[in-house]
Amino acid sequence: MKATVYVTIKENVLDPQGTAVQGALHTMGFSEVGKVRIGKYLEVELDTNDRAEAEARLKVMCEKLLANTVVEDYRFELEG
Amino acid sequence: MKFAVLVFPGSNCDIDCYKAVESTIGQPVDYVWHTATDLSAYDAILVPGGFSYGDYLRCGAIARFANVMNEVKKAAEQGKFILGICNGFQILTEAGLLPGALIRNTGLKFRCHGTSLEVVNNNTPFTKEYSQGELINIPIAHGEGNYFCDAATLEELKANNQIVFRYAGDTNPNGSVENIAGISNKAGNVVGMMPHPERAVDQLLGSEDGKRMFTSILNAWREQHGAAVNG
Repeated sequence: MKATVYVTIKENVLDPQGTAVQGALHTMGFSEVGKVRIGKYLEVELDTNDRAEAEARLKVMCEKLLANTVVEDYRFELEG
Repeated sequence: MKFAVLVFPGSNCDIDCYKAVESTIGQPVDYVWHTATDLSAYDAILVPGGFSYGDYLRCGAIARFANVMNEVKKAAEQGKFILGICNGFQILTEAGLLPGALIRNTGLKFRCHGTSLEVVNNNTPFTKEYSQGELINIPIAHGEGNYFCDAATLEELKANNQIVFRYAGDTNPNGSVENIAGISNKAGNVVGMMPHPERAVDQLLGSEDGKRMFTSILNAWREQHGAAVNG
């Protein structure tokens, strides 16, 4: 089973990298660009076929390590 | 009084911390590798700066799961003195020993220069030798020193007098909430700060304002243990 984990910066937390990229895109002429937010994308291979168990354990992985829930949100998708 | 300087793969201010303890207060000090499972011999634990585990995932995120961190938690509960500097501060927030998080500097730049710090709380074991509101010159060196916490946590920090240092005036180098440069836990025995007092222990280094953090710790410990206090 494979999990795709997305870690994003919380809405109320400033994302200086996103702001810099937004500025660069504007400079390049992409004036339609609004807010840009940068996050992390993780692919995690799991040695299990039990979906419920995988979800429960991924939640723990995210809460404990993959995301810092003080400043980040996370979500994940499971396939296979 | 016995000091431990923790060493993780990627720590790079461990030697500075060790030398600072030696040169400022001359107390016994050991390097302690991150695999250690017993810190009971130590009265103070310094978590040094650097780039533990290459800052992979997030600064301090992987170091907080090192074996030695369980012992740091125990030591914190026992009231021992724990000081996290720079990456050490990041590790202590990731470990939940201090509230909040350190995120990317708003200017995106790695800032490495002296800063003027205001001593906001001199009633801690780490700052008792400073005057309340005193301005001291301590250098910073970080790319992720932007202290963030939610509004409720900030109110709590203020109510409990947990803000220990602020960047003075309008000199905030990283965008941190309310110019925060260092905080303590509720009990006051755990402090984390982005600036490096261990790099400011001799005029040759540009400042010796960091010395008094080390003498504060020693004198606080001596007061607790009924030993003679250095004047």
